[in-house]
Amino acid sequence: MRIWVVIPAYNEASIIGRVIKDLKAGVENIVVVNDGSTDDTAMAATASGAVVISHMINLGQGAALQTGIDFALKNEADIIITFDGDGQHQVGDIENVIKPLILGEVDVVLGSRFLVSSSQVPTLRRLLLRFATLVTKIYTGLVVTDTHNGFRAFSKYAAEKIEIRQNGMAHASEIIEQIKRQNLKFKEVPITIRYTAYSLAKGQHLGDSFKIFWDLIIGRISR
Amino acid sequence: MIIKIFIILFIIFVLSRTFIRFRAKDITIQELVIWSIFWSSVAIATLIPRQTDALARMVGVARGADLLVYISIIVLFFVVFKIVVKLEKISRDITKIVRHQALNDKEYKDNESR
Repeated sequence: MRIWVVIPAYNEASIIGRVIKDLKAGVENIVVVNDGSTDDTAMAATASGAVVISHMINLGQGAALQTGIDFALKNEADIIITFDGDGQHQVGDIENVIKPLILGEVDVVLGSRFLVSSSQVPTLRRLLLRFATLVTKIYTGLVVTDTHNGFRAFSKYAAEKIEIRQNGMAHASEIIEQIKRQNLKFKEVPITIRYTAYSLAKGQHLGDSFKIFWDLIIGRISR
Repeated sequence: MIIKIFIILFIIFVLSRTFIRFRAKDITIQELVIWSIFWSSVAIATLIPRQTDALARMVGVARGADLLVYISIIVLFFVVFKIVVKLEKISRDITKIVRHQALNDKEYKDNESR
């Protein structure tokens, strides 16, 4: 079974090398989608042994994920894992994330930081994520505890069905919507998030939630 | 009134631009007609506001100037809507191009190093 890890990366040169090295201990195929970074992300990722695909310009995380998924599918992936490039996800969680796919239980596995007590989620971030969960529930009707979690795994079947059209951060809600629309079976598994000053600074903020909301509405009317 | 002079000068400017755009085939004849009617009615309402009041009262608005403001807002919203949808389409097209280029570039480099 061929497993591909897709890492969308925008200006992560200082940390991407370490993330890839950690991953290399557990998985063989890693593709970094360098989303028009202005730093040495591509060089650092290549040096660490990942396959690197570069967007000419910065399109956004959603677009980078779709490019990575396209690449993985072209390269005979059976399972595609999406993983953040800022070091907040743990390689040790991969086994649990892909297990339901290997067992053929579901088509999509979503990581959730709220199903595990070892994630220390800062209060403001917790509120923001809860709000996102509520919006997703209203928007899609599916109850997911942690919508905006970049740690996911897709079967080949699911990856072919899902098409991310939201270039920005709204892709997280869009993926849930498509799981529902395509009738894919999904499961949430607990994963640990390691918050660092770096990942918090690069993460999303309150203002982003308004943009996500707007993008979802525009996505609806211009489909 | 100075404001009237400014508005009329502006309308002349916009109408001339519209016509130039039409001649350069940037806009269709329908667009030319619609914009010409719109700006001409603005000119009429500016020059003879009293007479436009009668027209406005027919549709239930007190003054011609008010009617013009209402119509303008509707037109503006419609134009903004069209622009937003168009921008979204352009952004999707750009995404397609950039993605295609990124994947092809990778393939090309692989073939070259083989």
